[in-house]
Amino acid sequence: MHINPELCTGCKACLRRCPFEAIEIVDKKARIKETCTNCGACLDSCKFGAIEKEEDTGHTAPQFKPSPESYEGIWIFAEQHRGRLAEVVRELLGAAQDLATQRQTYVAAALLGHEVSLLADELFAYGADRVYLVEHHELASYRTEPYTFVLAKLVEEFKPEIFLLGATPLGRDLAPRLARRVGTGLTADCTELAIDPEEKILLQTRPAFGGNLMATITCPHHRPQMATVRPGVMRKKEPDYSRTGEVVRRSYEIPSKCLRTKVLEVIEEARTTVNLEEAEIIIAGGRGLGGPEGFKKLEEVAKLLGATVGASRAAVDAGWISRDHQVGQTGKTVKPKLYIACGISGAIQHLAGMQNSGCIVAINTDPEAPIFKVADYGIVGDVHEVLPILAQKLRSLQLAY
Amino acid sequence: MRIIVCIKQVPDTTEVRIDPRTGTLIRTGVPSIINPEDRHALEAALTIKDQCGAEVIALSMGPPQAEDALLEALAMGVDRAILLTDRAFAGADTAATSYTLAQAIKQLGPYDLVLTGRQAIDGDTAQVGPQLAELLDIPQVTYVQKIELLSDGTCRLQRALERGYEIVETRLPALFTVIKELNTPRYPSIRGIMRALRQGVTVWTANDVPVDPNLIGLKGSPTQVQRTFVPEHKRNCVMLKGSLDEVTTALVEELKERRLLKALAT
Repeated sequence: MHINPELCTGCKACLRRCPFEAIEIVDKKARIKETCTNCGACLDSCKFGAIEKEEDTGHTAPQFKPSPESYEGIWIFAEQHRGRLAEVVRELLGAAQDLATQRQTYVAAALLGHEVSLLADELFAYGADRVYLVEHHELASYRTEPYTFVLAKLVEEFKPEIFLLGATPLGRDLAPRLARRVGTGLTADCTELAIDPEEKILLQTRPAFGGNLMATITCPHHRPQMATVRPGVMRKKEPDYSRTGEVVRRSYEIPSKCLRTKVLEVIEEARTTVNLEEAEIIIAGGRGLGGPEGFKKLEEVAKLLGATVGASRAAVDAGWISRDHQVGQTGKTVKPKLYIACGISGAIQHLAGMQNSGCIVAINTDPEAPIFKVADYGIVGDVHEVLPILAQKLRSLQLAY
Repeated sequence: MRIIVCIKQVPDTTEVRIDPRTGTLIRTGVPSIINPEDRHALEAALTIKDQCGAEVIALSMGPPQAEDALLEALAMGVDRAILLTDRAFAGADTAATSYTLAQAIKQLGPYDLVLTGRQAIDGDTAQVGPQLAELLDIPQVTYVQKIELLSDGTCRLQRALERGYEIVETRLPALFTVIKELNTPRYPSIRGIMRALRQGVTVWTANDVPVDPNLIGLKGSPTQVQRTFVPEHKRNCVMLKGSLDEVTTALVEELKERRLLKALAT
């Protein structure tokens, strides 16, 4: 960003707008500090037009070929574990179809593994038009370097316009290395994707600052435009198993240099029964529950509702319930039909993880709590009193059936 | 053994609040801290130093005030601290950041390990670690929860998975991104703080590192922030009023109406 000192009146209006505290007043004029990220949040705060955005020169990273026109197709990475597709793959295919319609191009899935060709049918059913298939025994289980090597080869040969990966632990290990190798940018953990109607480029929206701020990121001069997408956010389409498509096979010699890391053993820890992402009803507790006993009351209602128990970060950090119950920016993103927030004030980090739920009920002692702003129904009251009575009501209802 | 630890100074996002009237971030009074997972990376390096001897170098890119984070690293016990700071570095995305760090690391000469936190709490991207490993052309292991150095120049690690973990072996030099399960970071000692203040932080500008000016800072960043906004999640909340009995009855009726009590109906 740049301040035109002739126009600046030193009114400080821009200071408050800056999310990064990167503007200061020196000699009664605004000055942009080094912490500026050129995000443009301050632009329209200035009534005098003194703020200008430094436009990208288009000469970034010369190792890349700046000809976006020759790149086409919306690609997704078909993450699979032991021959089963990760759930996020179906969501990516749903999102990719919408983008492909807008760009009038095809949807493709890159499928890597050992003896995984049968998965192609499922990829077609969920929306892929084409599957790029690479099978090799060294690809049987995921390792960063061989997967990066193969995907970079595919990208170089077929030149996709957009390449999406799930923001799963695997995707977040693989995508940055791949993006750096093919010389393009990468946006992490997107929650919204769209095509800019004028520029025809991908608008990648993601939370920043622990969900306090959303940022829309673009990658105008480099291809493919790459993003990882947060699981549980995009909508998958109904599968159509009559759909078919083209399988494009490639085989590569994997250089020994890519095999520097060995996986000796995989230790599965007791599978938790907490499956928040797929729950239809979630009842979640926060600081207001006061302790582990509070969660006992909550669990009783959960049982009656057939609900899964969730928790805010505050409750998890206090040790009242295990981390696999955590909903929010650093926990799970959930989208149940019904979400009941009990004693959760609604820190923005929590809201980021549950705001897309179908119906939201909030129970809290503080009528000003931000949770009520995102709720459909609110009860101002102490959860310790409300929950037992609610349980009672539900129980009598159950008897009536 | 030579270990480079990359750290970032971040605002403590758990302290960030939204002004309910203006909808903007309240940043005044938000403390700057060493990114929590980077602190675990520092501890891992210092543990190795304590056990088998090592030179530990802390490296950070950021505004001049990031010196505080490096002074803290010195006080914890690292041998050298280097701050990459220059207006030309500003506005870097993860691609430009990893390039700048990689060039600085290459300038430092041979090393055995590069350690860093899995991700920074202000951006949550988890991208700089893997991108740095790519540019240094060394193996990466992410989500490391246990490190065991073997005598033959390899390293055995536990890498956390969604459910459980895997045991990975890799050759050095390598880059690991670590998670908080790895260790408990030490606090700086009084002696350490005195030593840190005496020794100070080495500052490198864009002239001190062999960088291509087209690949650093905003200019070298393939991604651009087009706009930022405070998320809106407003709904029209129906406040249920009355006695406990009335409000719970009303709630159950509303949920029944919306066919959300299916478990009860079956």
